[in-house]
Amino acid sequence: MADSTDGSPNGSPNGLPNGSTRGSTKGSTNGSTATSPFERIVVTTRRGIDSEVLVTGPSDGTPVVALHGFTGHLGGEVMLATLAEQGLRVHAPVWPGYSDSVGETEIDDMLDFALHGGDVIAALGLGPSNGFAPVDLIGHSMGAMIAAEMVALAPYGYGKLVLISPLGLWLKDHPITDIFTQLPFEFPGLLFHDVAVGTELLAGGGVDFNDPQAIQRFLIGNSRRLGTAGKILFPIPNRRLSKRLYRITNPTLLLWGDDDRLLPRPYADAWSTALAHAERQTIEAAGHMAPYEQPASVAAALATFLTA
Amino acid sequence: MAFRTNVGVAVKFTWFNLMPWPNLPDDFREKNRSVWVDIPSRLFDPVKANRVYNEYMDQLEYAEELGFDGIGCNEHHQNGYGIMPSPNIIAAGLARRTSKAAICVIGNSIALYNPPIRVAEEFAMLDCISGGRLVAGFPVGTPMDTNFCYGQIPALTRDKYYEGHELIMRAWAEDEPFAFDGKYNQLRYVNCWPKPIQKPHPPVYIPGGGSIETWDFCLDHDYNYSYLSFGGYLAGKKLLDGYWDQVAARDKDDSPYRAAFAQIIAVADSDAEAEELYAEHILYFFNRCLHVYPGFSDPPGYRTISTIKAGVLDQLRAENMRVFSNLTWKDLVDGGYVIAGGPDTVIDRMKEMITTLRLGHVFCLMHNGNQPDWKTRYSTKLFAEKVMPQLRNMWPEYDGDDRWWIHPLEDRVRADETMAAARRHPQLPTEAAE
Repeated sequence: MADSTDGSPNGSPNGLPNGSTRGSTKGSTNGSTATSPFERIVVTTRRGIDSEVLVTGPSDGTPVVALHGFTGHLGGEVMLATLAEQGLRVHAPVWPGYSDSVGETEIDDMLDFALHGGDVIAALGLGPSNGFAPVDLIGHSMGAMIAAEMVALAPYGYGKLVLISPLGLWLKDHPITDIFTQLPFEFPGLLFHDVAVGTELLAGGGVDFNDPQAIQRFLIGNSRRLGTAGKILFPIPNRRLSKRLYRITNPTLLLWGDDDRLLPRPYADAWSTALAHAERQTIEAAGHMAPYEQPASVAAALATFLTA
Repeated sequence: MAFRTNVGVAVKFTWFNLMPWPNLPDDFREKNRSVWVDIPSRLFDPVKANRVYNEYMDQLEYAEELGFDGIGCNEHHQNGYGIMPSPNIIAAGLARRTSKAAICVIGNSIALYNPPIRVAEEFAMLDCISGGRLVAGFPVGTPMDTNFCYGQIPALTRDKYYEGHELIMRAWAEDEPFAFDGKYNQLRYVNCWPKPIQKPHPPVYIPGGGSIETWDFCLDHDYNYSYLSFGGYLAGKKLLDGYWDQVAARDKDDSPYRAAFAQIIAVADSDAEAEELYAEHILYFFNRCLHVYPGFSDPPGYRTISTIKAGVLDQLRAENMRVFSNLTWKDLVDGGYVIAGGPDTVIDRMKEMITTLRLGHVFCLMHNGNQPDWKTRYSTKLFAEKVMPQLRNMWPEYDGDDRWWIHPLEDRVRADETMAAARRHPQLPTEAAE
């Protein structure tokens, strides 16, 4: 999530997430709401990009890094909080363009995204570059596409890999919906099994479309988020990752909502074919946004896989 | 003042044809979601296009005959109101068949050419063939054309455009091959061959739809800013006011020739006759040709943050376009979308437009929608003979300011004369020489 208190960009493609993980964008602080289990920190990568990271879980827990999708964090991040309750130390970086920092001007293409992901992990003091064990990676949607690229580039730099409904492949017989032509009201039906749940989650804090300033904030936030995502998803979300997937030999879990209307079953099959060693699980009653629709089921599957 | 080199330069009128497809069915709106990007190509009939293209080019040539200063074309892709994906092809035909008018290509979307040196080459060819009559337009391009039809990444489009512009202008300026190491273009040997006649380069026009960065870009380089919209001059005033404010803020002179504006115009013998003759065709344009799916109009990342913050919204925005379908002829005329009527009415409204928007250049959209050829010629002739002469000397304080106009060769080739002379060459055998 990328809301702020100073009128800066906020929200998901068509609405505001709720503010349960809202906090300071500088330094380290607890979440601003009493119930939030997340600490929000800012790390500066060696490239010089300030990056926000949500952190939760026991400080001595096994670290895991979770990369969000093209909607950004929707607020609450219940799935990640639940995962932390299983004893994992969860780090959830916010991609440039999705937060107050303006690092997206440094990110032009897939390599930039993948290297930035690795840079943030290094800046967090995790992984081999800091003398520690390879860190496990979780990615969702666009975040899974980038996670797969990161591991393909540096297989020994990472441990286990969880891919939840990854973008990144293109099947000509199953062209996916163009998310860049979707009107705001169309996203819940595309991304969620339960449209009502999706509408509520994507609307979050709500945008008052009678308020010109609110519309302007929404347009700016939307432009930054999906504009940045467009660098690897527009016009077709295929940056030839398929050529490099053979390099991934890490233990991998593929997780898919059983009602993913953006990435239907042939895509899950294609990933299973490309990553023959991967375990695959289906989450029932879930669409593309399975971590938000079925956070408990997703967290349970992840915890089992990551702690095995 | 230094620019007063050509006393007598006055408001310039360029006759423009968007080249709409005139055969969209009556139920087009109901059966199709967009006139642009994913318009069904089965609606295009190449056999009918043979006549359509030639008729449209005839009209452009006719405009020169009548004394229009320029004739104009532009670039759109997969678009029911513009069947001109390559304006340079049209311009090449016009360059051969005309001899006086400026050939205004408004323009080539330079981010779409790979590499953009192609634009430098083709524009140079057009300038040479026409004897120095090219006006070179460099649009960033609409989201429909640039992003959805031609696949450019929205957030990188403007960056790529700036690089293309740098490459083209440098290619025209340099006399030795050079290496260009760009982010989007790497060329070891840039060597523009041919070069344009006009030095240092043909007049450059930057068509804009509402991005405020474009104002500064024009002022940085002293290019003409051309506001192209179909919203008409009353709606256009807000944006032009912003432009002129920026001209003042940048401490530039306020020559009206810095600005151009596109306006739909229709002239008849009387106001009533104008409605009778043109209403159905102009309504065809607004109701069918501007039926653009809202999801194509504003992909995230295309518009810069500062433009969003400025609240300057493009006339092509979906919400604005949807309004068009509900407009009546009276709405179109009263709202300034269309300047139509008898000569006196048109003169009055043109004067109001030229004065309030501070225009030195007007792009006259005089063929609209499915308007038949004879009506287009009738309207064009009336404008040229009865309206245009009354609008010439509206900026006496800037008389002679030709910084944004063509500088053709005095002794340039006229293709009709040279072809005739070539046939009569004394050394040709009699039968070959006819």
